[in-house]
Amino acid sequence: MARKVLVLGEVRDGSLRNVSFEAVAAGKTASEGGEVVGVLIGDSVSALANEMIHYGADRVVTVEDEKLKQYTPDGFSQALMAVIDSESPEGLIFGHTALGKDLAPKIAAKLESGLISDVTSLEEAGGNLVFTRPIYSGKAFEKKIVTDGLLFATIRPNNIAPLEKDESRSGDVASVAAEIKDLRTIIKEIVRKASEGVDLSEAKVIIAGGRGVKSEEGFEPLKELASVLNGAVGASRGACDADYCDYSLQIGQTGKVVTPDLYIACGISGAIQHLAGMSNSKVIVAINKDPEANIFKVADYGIVGDLFEVVPLLTEEFKKLKVNA
Amino acid sequence: MNIYVLMKRTFDTEEKITISGGKINEDGAEFIINPYDEYAIEEAIQVRDANGGEVTVVSVGTEEAEKQLRTALAMGADKAVLINTEDDLEDGDQYTTAKILSEYLKDKDADLIIAGNVAIDGGSGQVGPRVAEILGISYVTTITKLDINGSSATVVRDVEGDSEVIETSLPLLVTAQQGLNEPRYPSLPGIMKAKKKPLDELELDDLDLDEDDVEAKTKTIEIYLPPKKEAGKVLEGELEDQVKELVKLLHTEAKVV
Ligand SMILES: Cc1cc2nc3c(=O)[nH]c(=O)nc-3n(C[C@H](O)[C@H](O)[C@H](O)COP(=O)(O)OP(=O)(O)OC[C@H]3O[C@@H](n4cnc5c(N)ncnc54)[C@H](O)[C@@H]3O)c2cc1C
Ligand SMILES: Cc1cc2nc3c(=O)[nH]c(=O)nc-3n(C[C@H](O)[C@H](O)[C@H](O)COP(=O)(O)OP(=O)(O)OC[C@H]3O[C@@H](n4cnc5c(N)ncnc54)[C@H](O)[C@@H]3O)c2cc1C
Repeated sequence: MARKVLVLGEVRDGSLRNVSFEAVAAGKTASEGGEVVGVLIGDSVSALANEMIHYGADRVVTVEDEKLKQYTPDGFSQALMAVIDSESPEGLIFGHTALGKDLAPKIAAKLESGLISDVTSLEEAGGNLVFTRPIYSGKAFEKKIVTDGLLFATIRPNNIAPLEKDESRSGDVASVAAEIKDLRTIIKEIVRKASEGVDLSEAKVIIAGGRGVKSEEGFEPLKELASVLNGAVGASRGACDADYCDYSLQIGQTGKVVTPDLYIACGISGAIQHLAGMSNSKVIVAINKDPEANIFKVADYGIVGDLFEVVPLLTEEFKKLKVNA
Repeated sequence: MNIYVLMKRTFDTEEKITISGGKINEDGAEFIINPYDEYAIEEAIQVRDANGGEVTVVSVGTEEAEKQLRTALAMGADKAVLINTEDDLEDGDQYTTAKILSEYLKDKDADLIIAGNVAIDGGSGQVGPRVAEILGISYVTTITKLDINGSSATVVRDVEGDSEVIETSLPLLVTAQQGLNEPRYPSLPGIMKAKKKPLDELELDDLDLDEDDVEAKTKTIEIYLPPKKEAGKVLEGELEDQVKELVKLLHTEAKVV
């Protein structure tokens, strides 16, 4: 059944996050041949509209207002509801990011609709759109369908492949007026802790350090390896608790959930709560001096050894590979 | 202050998970208070102790959730309410749960409602914000700090590792993130006292709700375990050679770099 699907693009530091393009691809599948309409909300976002079209949106609707410079649930829901009122979509796709997680349930409650959160794949099967999502901290999966009303889902970053970028695609970009008022939560300050560079939840390569890294300086070789692979640095709670790094790097049940193509765990034992955040990574490499460490059970490749020897050697080898490529 | 905590009884996901008859096998499994809801209960107790008032812990579930509600009372909550859906409902989703909770809360004049940011089993993170929206109050999710001053509140919100300092006012719903506090263990006197604290049980009827009013909008059609990973390859030989081989494998076999 062809349907019109709205896809919320997400802007950070003036550019679109990757998950926006993955959401467009999900929107395309969900539209079953219908229309995919990108939605951009912010103080100045229309310049980014064409990029959503290059990635597969048929057209884009923007809502711009200086009160939308920062995300607030009231501001963004007022903007989005204005778009929903004018477009009457049959589907909605957001990223399962801090923003999407915060906003989607509010919109679902306003529309009295269902919402399938944290989706890692979707497909048409037997006349239904079937959404797959991890449950029980990633130890099991469930397939869900919508039985009544709007098709509404948030998608986990890094799981649904974006469509090929095609800069020759073009489409209509229009703005929708919305009255943004009575914001009940006011952001006084934003303290940036997440490291500059590659976004951990969207990184294709993650080099993670645990208590085995032993100190703040111990993270340096990991950072070098990450920069050679254009990846991000992550950590176990063990490393965060020991103050070797900031909690913003924590991966696991109570930290970030990541699914990169390559996850290299250095000096991490592989506690169940850590695995909850990374076990769905495509390829896992473990570097640990203890051959009995649990992390080897989920690793595709393992090296038993001292990370301070192995990691610098790896960095050198990857450098060679990059030069030859 | 009139404080409510939303609490879910969850499967302890540290346990081994198996499936039987298309469902997660619950026989002999450990059930716990959802860990994020422990932060919520602790925070509620601290806010009450600083500002006066009462903490009521509410759960939608079956009779079995009484155990976790008693634990919450033993930690220091004043009252507990179980909304028992066992006889009325077969299926439910987040729409169902949020609607039931909101119907219960709508005439309670709550100043503060605290939920967990996510349940470790269902994992959607929907229930808190949905309840706030239905009640028409504002919310802040994944909070790591809460300061209440009269009718205003300053909240620190974790946003993928960054922190936002947010000012807002009561009534308010917040959802707890790790780092908000250190939940206490129930003390022995606490456990004794909990036995005498009120634990009320309600059914949909008591909330003037019909099955149809809360009918789920989504449905689970299959539950499965991820394919078992084959044992990985632990490399051998001289360290330099292992590293060379690993890079080669990642490049040519796994094709991830
Ligand atoms: C409710 C709850 C939630 C939690 N949430 C999380 C979470 O989100 N994320 C998380 O990560 N943890 C979480 N934990 C903590 C988790 O249980 C573990 O304690 C933690 O993951 C351990 O961190 P680690 O692997 O770095 O440390 P350790 O378990 O101490 O392991 C260190 C490893 O480093 C190895 N090592 C030491 N030196 C070297 C060297 N020179 N070279 C190579 N290897 C070396 C050792 O062999 C060991 O295997 C949670 C716990 C609880 C109770
Ligand atoms: C009758 C009935 C049958 C159900 N059958 C199924 C089923 O077959 N399969 C299935 O997967 N799920 C079923 N559910 C549960 C439902 O799908 C969700 O698990 C539930 O709505 C909570 O969603 P979540 O686990 O994603 O929690 P989240 O939205 O992630 O929870 C966030 C926070 O909301 C609060 N919260 C969540 N649930 C409750 C609760 N029950 N009581 C009080 N506070 C809560 C807690 O503070 C929690 O930390 C059923 C629910 C009902 C009422």
